[in-house]
Amino acid sequence: MKVLLPLSALCALLMLASLLIGPAGAGLGGSLAALWSGEGALGLVMREIRAPRAVLGLLVGASLGLSGAAMQGYLRNPLAEPGLIGVSASAALGAVIALQTGFATAFVLALPIAALAGAVLAVGLILIMAGPGGGSLALILAGVAISALAGALTSLVLNLSPNPFAANEIVFWMMGSLADRSWLHVAIAAPFMAAGAAMLWGAGRGLDALTLGEDAAASLGIDLPRLRLRLVLGVAAMVGAATAVAGAIGFVGLVVPHLLRGAVGARPGRLLAASALGGAALVLAADIAVRLILPGRDLKLGVVMALIGAPVFLHLIWRQRRGR
Amino acid sequence: MRLELQDLTVRRGTRVTVDRASLSAGPGEFIGLIGPNGAGKTSLMRAALGLIAASGSSSLTALPPARRALAAAWLPQTREAAWPVTAEALIRLGRIPHARPDADPAHIEAAMARMGITHLRARPVTELSGGEQARVLIARALAQDTPILMADEPIAGLDPAHQIGAMATFRTLADEGRLVIASLHDLGLAARHCTRLVLMDQGRIAADGPPAKVLTPALLAQVFGVQGYFAETPEGPVFQPLRLTAP
Repeated sequence: MKVLLPLSALCALLMLASLLIGPAGAGLGGSLAALWSGEGALGLVMREIRAPRAVLGLLVGASLGLSGAAMQGYLRNPLAEPGLIGVSASAALGAVIALQTGFATAFVLALPIAALAGAVLAVGLILIMAGPGGGSLALILAGVAISALAGALTSLVLNLSPNPFAANEIVFWMMGSLADRSWLHVAIAAPFMAAGAAMLWGAGRGLDALTLGEDAAASLGIDLPRLRLRLVLGVAAMVGAATAVAGAIGFVGLVVPHLLRGAVGARPGRLLAASALGGAALVLAADIAVRLILPGRDLKLGVVMALIGAPVFLHLIWRQRRGR
Repeated sequence: MRLELQDLTVRRGTRVTVDRASLSAGPGEFIGLIGPNGAGKTSLMRAALGLIAASGSSSLTALPPARRALAAAWLPQTREAAWPVTAEALIRLGRIPHARPDADPAHIEAAMARMGITHLRARPVTELSGGEQARVLIARALAQDTPILMADEPIAGLDPAHQIGAMATFRTLADEGRLVIASLHDLGLAARHCTRLVLMDQGRIAADGPPAKVLTPALLAQVFGVQGYFAETPEGPVFQPLRLTAP
C-alpha cells in the first residue's frame, strides 16, 4: 500500500498539469476558475477540450497498465503485454477500415465503434481457438495468429488505398493520440474499461497462486478456465476501448508492470493496482510532453511513448543482466 | 480424512498411464509411492486430485474444488516460482484456500520452522539454491494445513541431511494424524520412513503393504530389475539396492 499512495498523488498532480497546459495560455488561478464556472472561451476550452483529454489519458493509461500487469501475471512472463491476445491489432483494423471506407466521418463515434467491433470479433475468435481448457499456451498462439492476421489486413487496406489522404489519416491515427477528444469518447470507453477493470480486479488471487505454476494453482482451488476467461474478457474490454479512443499506444503495458514489480514485492496480485496507477501517470506525463516539446506540430502520443519506453526497457534489461 | 480411490484409470491418447488403481488410505499413514520411471505415479496422484481427467472414482474429486483445496495439498515435481517474491510470501500462497489467508501467521511460521528455512524468509525465492527452493515449496504445501498431503518426488535434489529431514517431517505429519503420500525413488529412505509402500508398474498397483512385504526379491526383480539387501535392524528397516538382475 506504500506504493499506491505516492502513485495516486502523482496521478492527481499530472491530471492537474494536464488541465493547465495547452495553447490557450492562462494562469493557474484563471484556468481553475474557468474550469469551475465554465464561463467564457477559457471555460469552454477547460471543460470541453482539456478536461476530457486529461480524463481520457488517465483511463487509457490505467487500462494499459492494469492489462499489462494481468497478462504478465497470467503468463508468468515479464515480456507479456496486453497486445499479445490480438485485441489491439484487431481494434486498429476496425478503425482503419472505418477510416478507409469513410464510415468514420458518418458520426462522431463511428470510428471508436468500428474499433470496438474489431476487438469483439478478436475476442470471439480467440476464445474459440484457445479451446475449453485452462492452459495458457493455446491462448498465446491464437493471439499471435490473430495479431498477425489483423496486421496483415491493416497493411492490405493501406496497400490498396486509392486515396492518399485516407492512407495518411490512417497512418497518423495508428500512431496514437489523445488530442481533440471529447466527452463522447470518454463516455464510450469508460463503461468497457470499468467492466474490464472489475473483471481483472478479481483475478489477483488466481494470479498470485499461478506463481507456483498451473498445477499447484489448480490444487489451491483456483478455477483456471474461469481465470483465463476473466483475463481475456477483462484485457480485451480495457485494451479494445483504449485503442478505440486513443489509437495504438505501445510500451505502457510492457514497461509499467516491469518498473513497479520490485516495489510490490513482485506479487502479481498487488501489481495490478500499482500498474493501473503507474500506467495512468505515464500516459498523462507523455501526453503533457507531447504538448510541451513541439507545441505546434501535433506530435503523436504513441511515438513519444515508444521513444520513452524503448530506452527505459533497454535500461531495465541492462540492469537485470548485471544482476540488479 | 480418508482417501479412497476406486478403479482409477487415466488414458493419454491410446496409452493407459494408470490402469484400474484402487487404494484406501487414512490418517496416520505415510505412503511411499514407488515404481520405475513411467510407471504412472504422477498420473495416479494428479488423477486422485482431479487435476487430470480420469475414469473411476476418487473421494477427493467428489468434493467441489474449494473444499478439495482444504482437504489436500499438492506439491508438483516441477519446482516453479515465477516471480522473485520472498520465501515468506511464497509460503503464504499456501493459505489461499482458507477463508482469511492472512488471519493466522502461525501456520506460516510453523511450516518455515519444520523445514528449517526461517532464516531464508526475506530472500527472493529466485535467488535461492535448488535445494532451498525445494524446501520453501514443501513449506508452502505444509502451510496449506490439509489433512492430506501429496508430493511428487519431494526430496529429489536435496542433500542427505535435508532428505532425511524432509522424510522425518513427513513421518511426523503422519504421526500427528495426517495422510502423506509421496512418490519416491530412494527406496532406502522409503523403506526406513514410510509406514506403507505402494509399488506401481506399468500403470497398475503391483504391490501394497508395509516395506518388508513390498521390497521382496521377486517384486524388485520383476518391477525394477534390481537385486537388493533388506534387513530389519534395531534402527528400523534398511534397504540397499545392489545390482541389476541378469537380463
